[in-house]
Amino acid sequence: MNTRGLRSQLKDSVPVTGLCPQAGPYGVQDSLRRGFSSVKNELLPSHPLELSEKNFQLNQDKMNFNTLRNIQGLHAPLKLQMEYRAARQIQRLPFLPSSNLALDTLRGSDDTIGFEDILNDPVQSEMMGDPHIMTEYKLGVL
Amino acid sequence: MATVSVCKYYPGGFSFDNCKRNALLEADISKLGFSSPAARKTGTTICGVVYKDGVVLGADTRATEGMIVADKNCSKIHYISPNIYCCGAGTAADTEMTTQIISSNLELHSLSTGRLPRVATANRMLKQMLFRYQGYIGAALVLGGVDCNGPHLYSIYPHGSTDKLPYVTMGSGSLAAMAVFEDRYRPNMEEEEAKRLVRDAIAAGIFNDLGSGSNIDLCVITKGKVDYLRPHDVANKKGVREDKVYGHPVTGSYRYKHGTTGVLTKTVTPLNLEVVEESVQTMDTS
Repeated sequence: MNTRGLRSQLKDSVPVTGLCPQAGPYGVQDSLRRGFSSVKNELLPSHPLELSEKNFQLNQDKMNFNTLRNIQGLHAPLKLQMEYRAARQIQRLPFLPSSNLALDTLRGSDDTIGFEDILNDPVQSEMMGDPHIMTEYKLGVL
Repeated sequence: MATVSVCKYYPGGFSFDNCKRNALLEADISKLGFSSPAARKTGTTICGVVYKDGVVLGADTRATEGMIVADKNCSKIHYISPNIYCCGAGTAADTEMTTQIISSNLELHSLSTGRLPRVATANRMLKQMLFRYQGYIGAALVLGGVDCNGPHLYSIYPHGSTDKLPYVTMGSGSLAAMAVFEDRYRPNMEEEEAKRLVRDAIAAGIFNDLGSGSNIDLCVITKGKVDYLRPHDVANKKGVREDKVYGHPVTGSYRYKHGTTGVLTKTVTPLNLEVVEESVQTMDTS
């Protein structure tokens, strides 16, 4: 399976800005939670699937929009993307995770179950942003 | 709850945070001479055959963890929908979770369409999921069922390729089972003949492959009826602990036969008791 070298895994349909250094609360590498840092760790993915999984939803959407454009013309994906953009703006307060129900309904993933619903559910995440800081960050005051 | 200053919520799903740590640990552990824990696999024999009225699926019941038998009677034929069942070989957790996810998705889909789900739908869902994970989900499946278009049988490989065939085998004992199929399969068999064929194929896998063993489970799917025969046949009978004295199986019994201990003396002392007081208490039986 791994006949492709590591270099080819960096190229992807959607350009990735790199797996950025994991800054902890004080701006330094958080060794307790994320392990030791090295340049190699930040540039190369830790698992061959990491990049493809990170961009999976985007790639699926791109593929679907392309198909839609070929079948129905440019207007169809344009209108849908406008709706996606509107639905993505429906969020809760900055420090609370949103269910993204409108977005799910538009995508049609409201009646499917995948690993993203079972593993690492953001609603059950153990880390939470500090409400004041998160609101200030969102408003650009920080 | 831990609080960080600014936290982005990621969509969920697989997390690859521990991969680097695991790679480091495995390198260190092998230097020290230990071995990392092995995933529980179902080194298996699973097979399926299409007969006149439907599909017969068969599986053995042994789950191994490296060289040790982890589960002597595990169930490898998983439910997907009332008319579709799926046998799973490979990593036990992967087959279990994959079949459960596809079963849920198929249920939602059939509620949305209002029709009985088709085997081809389950096949396509499985192959798209397995291809997405590029073979890292180690699930080799034999999917069989009867829908509005008749009986169907598919074999699905961990990387996402599928085959639609009248008889398939998968797992480490697949070659032994395939040998039996290639010899005795013919199209449009009767139900008893098909069940006997699948039973013999799984038995060939059980006796000739180390990764397969214990009992034979069968699942006969016809239009409107599913027979889940578990166990259909106990090929490897485990002995029963016998109590030598009585000759029938009694475990941990310390009863001794009369005459085991010789009686030396016998003394009888009558106790003279006299009735002092007699009172009657009625029981409240309401």
